Amino acid sequence: MMAKIFIDDKPYEVDGSKNLLETALSIGLNLPYFCWHPAMHSVGACRQCAIIKYKDDDDKKGKLVMACMEPVADNLHISIEAPEAHAFRAGNVEALMTNHPHDCPVCDEGGECHLQDMTVMTGHNERRYCYTKRTHNNQYLGPFVNHEMNRCIQCYRCVRFYKDYAGGKDLDVFAAHNDVYFGRQEEGVLESEFSGNLVEVCPTGVFTDKTLKKHYTRKWDLTNAPSVCHQCSLGCNIIASERYGTIRRVLSRFNGDVNGYFLCDRGRFGYEYINSKNRIITPARLVNGSFAAITAGDAVQEIKAIINTENNTIGIGSPKASMESNFLLRELVGPANFYAGVPAREGKLIRQVIAILDNGKVKTPSLSEAKTYDAVFILGEDLTNTAPMLALSLRQAAKNEPNEIARAVKIPDWNDAATREAVQGATGPFFIAAAHDTKLDDIATGIYHASPDQIAGFGNAVAGNINRQLNFVAADAEIEKLSDTISAALLAAKKPLIVAGTSLYNEAIVQAAANIAYALKDRGKDAGLIYILPEANSIGSALLADQYLEDAFAQASPKEAKSVIILENDLYQRMDKTATDTFLQYFTNVISLDYLENATTRNSTLLLPAGTFAEADGTIISNEGRAQRFYQVHVPKNDVRSSWKWLAELMAAYDSSPINLDAVIDRLTAAFPALQAIQYVAPSAGFREDTQKIPRSPQRYSGRTAINADMHVSEPRPPADPDSALSYTMEGYVGIPPPALTPFYWSPGWNSAQAINKYQIEVGGELHGGNPGKRLFEPDPNSKAAYFNSTPSACSPKEGQYMVLPLYHIFGSDELSAQSPAVAERVPQPYIALNDSDAGKAGIVEGAIIEILLSGNKKWLPVKLKMGLPQGTAGLPKGLQETAGIIYPFYTTIKIAGND
Amino acid sequence: MFSILRSIWLTFIHMFHKRVTVEYPEKKNYLPPRHRGRIVLTRDPDNQERCVGCYLCAVACPVDCISLQATEDENGRRSAEFFRINFSRCILCGYCEEACPTDAIQLIPDFEMAEYNRQNLVYEKEDLLIDGQGKYPGYNFFKHAGVDAGVKAKGEGIDEEKPVDIKKLMP
Repeated sequence: MMAKIFIDDKPYEVDGSKNLLETALSIGLNLPYFCWHPAMHSVGACRQCAIIKYKDDDDKKGKLVMACMEPVADNLHISIEAPEAHAFRAGNVEALMTNHPHDCPVCDEGGECHLQDMTVMTGHNERRYCYTKRTHNNQYLGPFVNHEMNRCIQCYRCVRFYKDYAGGKDLDVFAAHNDVYFGRQEEGVLESEFSGNLVEVCPTGVFTDKTLKKHYTRKWDLTNAPSVCHQCSLGCNIIASERYGTIRRVLSRFNGDVNGYFLCDRGRFGYEYINSKNRIITPARLVNGSFAAITAGDAVQEIKAIINTENNTIGIGSPKASMESNFLLRELVGPANFYAGVPAREGKLIRQVIAILDNGKVKTPSLSEAKTYDAVFILGEDLTNTAPMLALSLRQAAKNEPNEIARAVKIPDWNDAATREAVQGATGPFFIAAAHDTKLDDIATGIYHASPDQIAGFGNAVAGNINRQLNFVAADAEIEKLSDTISAALLAAKKPLIVAGTSLYNEAIVQAAANIAYALKDRGKDAGLIYILPEANSIGSALLADQYLEDAFAQASPKEAKSVIILENDLYQRMDKTATDTFLQYFTNVISLDYLENATTRNSTLLLPAGTFAEADGTIISNEGRAQRFYQVHVPKNDVRSSWKWLAELMAAYDSSPINLDAVIDRLTAAFPALQAIQYVAPSAGFREDTQKIPRSPQRYSGRTAINADMHVSEPRPPADPDSALSYTMEGYVGIPPPALTPFYWSPGWNSAQAINKYQIEVGGELHGGNPGKRLFEPDPNSKAAYFNSTPSACSPKEGQYMVLPLYHIFGSDELSAQSPAVAERVPQPYIALNDSDAGKAGIVEGAIIEILLSGNKKWLPVKLKMGLPQGTAGLPKGLQETAGIIYPFYTTIKIAGND
Repeated sequence: MFSILRSIWLTFIHMFHKRVTVEYPEKKNYLPPRHRGRIVLTRDPDNQERCVGCYLCAVACPVDCISLQATEDENGRRSAEFFRINFSRCILCGYCEEACPTDAIQLIPDFEMAEYNRQNLVYEKEDLLIDGQGKYPGYNFFKHAGVDAGVKAKGEGIDEEKPVDIKKLMP
């Protein structure tokens, strides 16, 4: 519904369902605000967005109202510029500033502070209040977020995000009147996996990034690049920033189709491994048992000689590496010698998921669209740990059905306080079938804990309920009852969403999820189906290879000495140690391209320093099949570069033509026409905005003539970027660049991240130029995809043996982010989780040390109970150093240590 | 003819004027304390470095000749890890001094910085830091700021109330 309103006597055609603050900002007018947030809407707490609202055309006096609490109405007359409104807003800021400390020079928010921006915008510039300021003691909130309560302006955004939006329980507001205190009940680590968003949500410096604090740099001094998070399969958009050669922080980059305004803590704080001392920064050759640095030229010549003398070098790709790097390795060694860098069980599962996405029978919604579904059924995933941002999206989805209560009494969606009052914390249909307790259990309306095969059987029973032609029956009466409830709820919903994934390595779960979604689709429901995958480019790398690590291991033999090139992949994380040892020993040359020292690089003979997402360009494909480009942040002063650049140098064919990203992508799409969309993910290197490149640094970037002056007083020429339309300087186009090339947000008067409003067509909506990324798989209404007829055998725990399942940890299960100091503080100690009654029968108590056989070796681990594991199963934290290389699930025996 | 004589006359009477030329460097002219010459970093009354590494001087610098990195000690007190001024670029405009919120960076009347080697015009923190307070005695930023950086506890700064006891029930 469109409406015509008059702001300061100028007519505007606007969306009638919004409030006046959103509307004014969408038009591009500058109206100060604090408590309103485009993702969390209005509560009217800060009284900053005051405007004058007139009764009608003749009303000259009007009345003062808060723009965020007033709906748009047709023929409405308002004034932002009226002197009374102006004075009120300046007075409000002045009042907020009476207690604000004199901290800006030492405050990490300074220079990107919404409070600074709004103070300047209202015109308040001199302190008249000459009395004392109230002070607060701070709390220790863990390794991620720093707390400085003196700076608080009581906007309530932090608790609204932390509690209401993200479902956190341990941040709240205490005390009264101007003493209100936002913090924890007692000092301690913030438990929420989304605590880092407080840094961006807080309009001032109460919550700041503790990892940035250690190497603090102002926003204006950072060199930034639009990037994509590599820490899980969701592909959240990020801005990675550099100064003096190290990565300083990661912020969320708005993408209305993916992560929106937020990020999880693994994505935000897991970047520090890039600055690690264990980085491989120069090519090296193994000489007498230790690595000796060699020049890049020598390394390339040497490897070229190796590849040319033998024609059967094999290549092992990686789901962590970009499409371009995987593709060039495949070209270099030939498709027959190229292996996806994952175990077969995982690889086949990913290909199964791709087949389901590709047939297009049901829609795979984007991370952001997932918020619009009103019934959710999760099969076998611990989302908070395997795909944290999806857990956040689903928390919003759970609010959709109860929000109808508010809509029924005509409360507009943007009126957050009133909606919450009407809903009273109710949640919509939300079902979880998982192997153990998950952090989403608090909003679940039905929970089923079972072994992976039982979860799949349960899923099929739900599908069988929805489509009676399917021949699935529930295993017992209890399961039948629950599956009846779930199928009824899914059928009653407007948009039911099924979420599954690969984390339990169970094909039947993946198929059962598809069966439910297909059945709903056949009943005419607008169903959605989301799969979670193990890594950032799992889909992409699986599209390029159908041979797996087992195949590589099987074909390697001591007879023919060959060479292997391993791309950004620590095989010891994925395969059994002894098998990997044997495999690597068969090769005379083990060439590793990697970022960090690891077990594989230690067993290599030649090392090439590969760029992480901060030093490389490339494309990765997320779990929804969205291809997204990430760009190099800076040119390091060492030999680190994109893997595909190393590989291109190794390929004779590329010697004659210039090697740039576009050339590689052209080759890739020529070889894989199905991936044509990758070409259109972002503008090519030749793109110019107004004849200029897009600068990676803001206009105010400082110190250009002093940064390198300690080495030489003459300024070096800034590095050229042949691979993208971005430049490594502050010089270039000033304005709003294409969304895929937006390195930072800034607009005159808007120095904080809230400048994003200016980059959106409508606040909170799509970016100017469209949300970046191209989806490879779209729904196909004519799809004839068949149901899967797998009937998983009911799990029969072998007598005296435990089925060991992987337990995921947002901090720890990803080997790279776990090497970032702040994240490392949150990585759990290794443990083994048991079913409570199993443990009771065996006389095992919490904390007891038990002995377990892992890959043929005895290990002693403390026991954890009360994790909701079903009988006959045990759980091990996945991906920790101590549990690397385990292929799940597996059967093992356990016993209390010392009882031999 | 008249103009030649007039010129000779004028030149002649100049011999009796007061001399403006100073025999620099043998004699030195008086420069007021606010003359904008060499840049120094000063200390607060407690002899601690005043610079808190806020980067305002660097961003104010029109020739971008200041580069620094902030760091924090165990008390949370900010200071510069390194602080570099490339005087071969500096135009002695004084914007950095004007931007400095802690009175740390100051321009002093000394201007004799000529070097044969341009590289020697790159001054690091050791070269910039002086032992005194410079032109603005008495100011200690951390006594005014809200943060507790080991200088004063929360609530003990100038114009600060005692920290709020959030558990008290009185209105």
